Amino acid sequence: MSDNKKNAPYKIPIGPIHPALKEPILFTFKMNGEVIEEVDFSPGKVHRGIEWMGMRRNPVQIVHLTDRICGICGVTHTFAFSRAVEQVAGIRVPERAQYIRTIMAELERIQSHLLWAGVAAHELGFDTLFNLAWRVREESLDVIEYITGNRINYGIIQIGGVRRDIVKEQIPRIEEALSYYEGLVDKMLKLFLHDKTINMRCRGSGILTKKAALELCTVGPTARASGLKFDVRIDSPYGAYGDIDFDMVLPECYLSETNGDVYDRIVVRILEIPQSVSIIRQCLKNMPGEEGDILWEPKMPKLLSACKKAGGEAVGRVEAPRGECIHYVRMKKADAPYMWKVKASTYSNQLAWLEILKGEQIADIPIIVASIDPCMSCTDRVSVIRKNSSEIFTKEQLHRMSVEKTRGLN
Amino acid sequence: MSDIKRTPLTANEIADRFSDKFAGKISDISIRQWTEGAKSTPVNSVWITIERSILHDAVKEVISIDYPHFGVISAVDEVDFVELLYHMYVYFGCPGKGVEITLKVALPKEDLIIPTISDLIPGAVYSEREKRELMGVEVADIPDKRGLFLPDDFPKGIYPWRKDDAGIKEGMVKDLWAVGRPEDRPNPPVKPKPKKEAKSGGDETKNSAPKNDVWPPEKSDEENKAEIKPCELAEVKGE
Repeated sequence: MSDNKKNAPYKIPIGPIHPALKEPILFTFKMNGEVIEEVDFSPGKVHRGIEWMGMRRNPVQIVHLTDRICGICGVTHTFAFSRAVEQVAGIRVPERAQYIRTIMAELERIQSHLLWAGVAAHELGFDTLFNLAWRVREESLDVIEYITGNRINYGIIQIGGVRRDIVKEQIPRIEEALSYYEGLVDKMLKLFLHDKTINMRCRGSGILTKKAALELCTVGPTARASGLKFDVRIDSPYGAYGDIDFDMVLPECYLSETNGDVYDRIVVRILEIPQSVSIIRQCLKNMPGEEGDILWEPKMPKLLSACKKAGGEAVGRVEAPRGECIHYVRMKKADAPYMWKVKASTYSNQLAWLEILKGEQIADIPIIVASIDPCMSCTDRVSVIRKNSSEIFTKEQLHRMSVEKTRGLN
Repeated sequence: MSDIKRTPLTANEIADRFSDKFAGKISDISIRQWTEGAKSTPVNSVWITIERSILHDAVKEVISIDYPHFGVISAVDEVDFVELLYHMYVYFGCPGKGVEITLKVALPKEDLIIPTISDLIPGAVYSEREKRELMGVEVADIPDKRGLFLPDDFPKGIYPWRKDDAGIKEGMVKDLWAVGRPEDRPNPPVKPKPKKEAKSGGDETKNSAPKNDVWPPEKSDEENKAEIKPCELAEVKGE
């Protein structure tokens, strides 16, 4: 230990093929012993130029690109993009389609939060819980498949509406899934929040204060877990959210105080599952319009010509499972949009890492990095450079360190 | 920032406040409303076109109204000038009262420089870095001058969002269909059609793909024979 101290602080790069993201990213940690002194990261290892591609395609073609921006948020990006185009072209989406969009967005939230919950458990070395969370997640994917025909990349949203209706005969199957999740909530809360190990690992780690959450422009459950009342669904209602009665989920709904730590982020995400169930129920109950009235214009040439005639600019915002997603579109009476800018939720949350990783330990990196973003895969490779020699940590080693820390606590 | 004592201003009041304070420096203010849902819940947005010189003060003004959630900076290359759009959101947490404020700033092409707002909103630095990198807009006093998304070996002076000479050059775009197949891999077990292959030779120049990269790769007859064999054998076995 004393030898290492002489060289401290030393730098640890993690990545670029890294864990906590859908995209690879390179972290550089300045370490002092086991403690992180400074963090830096550089994203963009798989910048795909989707905006560039989109500016050479028409809006109906772009819808298929936006479906594939993220593998988890299959509805979010298309929802935001089509809202922007609809505002520019003045397209009124049928009310029924707005309700179906909302139902899909909430089903997506359930599956995304469960996916994240499982990954978080895995990062802590709690693989039983990981397997459980992913098993119960299947039900939401089954329902999504039942409605859209696909587990991911649903392709349900079209400019001006949705492609598939939810008819009366389908409601019992959806209701079955909703009751399933309703019955699970208590169990999930107990398993995640009352577990001794999760308490010890997550309470007080990765703290993001409310002030920092605001100044660093964080969004979604990350911001709400710090006590920031920010939820696009409530602040600027879109789709069917304006008609529905629901409250923002903050840690204080469950805990007596808000710390802004990893534990609070678990609380917010778990409690958003019953919230989504309630929203879907209300949507199904009050579904307006007649069956089949789900598109502003079902004839493709008419839709394309309406988009081609459109000129102007607009912003489409939606609350993705991870937070606010913004699509800015400027159109100039041409086939393709003149400018298209996508801001995904993680874009806003990444800067929070600099804040929440400071002062934490190496073994806490996986869970804290994962805590802002449900799409956590696993640390692929870490190389530790100590003066002249360098050794490489595989993702398994880093994961093992995290597991060992958990065991050490018990 | 305080949740309790916020009395939300309407979009109109925000617009008035700006036009009073920055008279002469604002060229356009428009208020837009969009409704969705069965109850047609309205969401208001204020779009303010300002001069570059007052950007910093305008962001300060937004903060004095309500500390905003800073969304992102969009940038549009309008050929003669570049337009930056600062998307901000105030009064979040007040159900249905949220107002979207977008500050639009036009920059002449010969003088693409904008003051940073990261001293007021630290999180904005991320988006400013992106504008430097993808649009080539210089941000004065930016605390972090590194790029964000493009690889380290990306050519200097090329900005993917530009629509002029500094944009992506044609030669930089790789068409997936034109990249061909790696030569060190085994051929696919499909019988190639030599006649069509010869015809497609004429189109190569159109795609500016090198000759040997054309799909499917040209093969001598001997190679073809060798390749078909395992396929036929497999069929026999299957029967």
